[in-house]
Amino acid sequence: MIVKHRFLLAGSALVASPAAAQTMDVTVTVPRLPVAEYHKPYVGIWIEGPDRKAKTLSAWYDVDNAKGEGEKWLVDVRQWWRASGRALDLPLNGVSGATRGPGPQKLSYTPRQLGQLAPGQYTLLVEAAREVGGREVVRVPFSWPPKPGQTASASGRTELGTVTASFRR
Amino acid sequence: MRTLLLAAAVIVAAPAAAHRFWMVPSATTVAGEDGWVTVDGAISNDLFYPDHQPMRAAPAVVQPDGTEGKVENFAVGKYRATFDLHLTQRGTYKLAQVNDGLMGSYTLNGTEQRIPRGTSAAGFQLPAGATGAKLTEMSSRSELFVTSGAPSEGALKPTGRGLELVPVTHPNDLVAGEPATFRFTADGKPATQLAVTMIAGGGRYREAVGEMALKTDAKGEVTVKWPGAGMYWMNASAQGASSKPGVGRRMAYTAVVEVLPS
Repeated sequence: MIVKHRFLLAGSALVASPAAAQTMDVTVTVPRLPVAEYHKPYVGIWIEGPDRKAKTLSAWYDVDNAKGEGEKWLVDVRQWWRASGRALDLPLNGVSGATRGPGPQKLSYTPRQLGQLAPGQYTLLVEAAREVGGREVVRVPFSWPPKPGQTASASGRTELGTVTASFRR
Repeated sequence: MRTLLLAAAVIVAAPAAAHRFWMVPSATTVAGEDGWVTVDGAISNDLFYPDHQPMRAAPAVVQPDGTEGKVENFAVGKYRATFDLHLTQRGTYKLAQVNDGLMGSYTLNGTEQRIPRGTSAAGFQLPAGATGAKLTEMSSRSELFVTSGAPSEGALKPTGRGLELVPVTHPNDLVAGEPATFRFTADGKPATQLAVTMIAGGGRYREAVGEMALKTDAKGEVTVKWPGAGMYWMNASAQGASSKPGVGRRMAYTAVVEVLPS
């Protein structure tokens, strides 16, 4: 854990340009699904930049699983797992979180969490995988640094509703 | 023993029609600190339905750090064997069923003598007075790869013996819609102009086998465009030169790889 703290602090030291220091607010709508057996989805939230490198912002899973088996099913969040998850040493402070139920879920990523981002075209990716359910990825393109008041959004069709990103200083 | 020898003989005669050996795992990619996969091993015609013979011996395990591991709960049933792999290290494990040795027969004093299984070509001397020797130095290797966390290369170093797969694209990082490249070596050298066959599992529910026939280039490489996600059976066989005069050399390679949906 101590190591992970240090990692985050090291990340914060990299934020050099205050001009790009913006907070990204994200709303992920988890749909209410009329199914016989419903479990809240595992979700990976990450950004990919011009270099296709992935940076995980959040991972929602059964972090408090009594047998420590919550991580086992993270492979089902396939694209996130391949892009970033499999290289992480979970649980990770500020990234790992409990699953969330249906409704708009509001998140805020500080400049420290986003890290230093080179100017260019980015994609916010949200992927949901549900136990005994399906999987879906929603991609929200945005440019960095964002224009003041810039928002971007996209919608899923099955496992995710609307995903919106907006930016503020 | 007899069955194995007969099966091998069929491979020599007609590779395309041979029974197919495979190990199919419950997952090729696992997460968490205490990963387990369970594996079926069998020889069958239809992929991947055990309908002929079980795998008879537990495979060798190479752990991500390159050290030898072991499988657990190995049990042989009528049509398949099962075993578990406990993934205690992060990275890629290689499971390999390797048969390496001299096969064949000769006649001594009017009686046909079969070469006992496990005979090494290097140490073998035909007895004085032996006639009609038909000897083949055979190396066959059947592999499966399973990864905990991020894929690694430590277990994938080739031995330099027989036909082997040298990953260009990692065998546990295959995704539908992305071409994958594999390099093959024969006794450590690039296996050029090698015929490589790929067949998707689930054949029972298709009209056609749908096998992909590929051929390695000058670097010993093939590039595969996966028609979709699924488990694929990969096979190649080659002839080469034995270090012993008058002895044939045959090599075979088989692997099962999983292609995940994008």
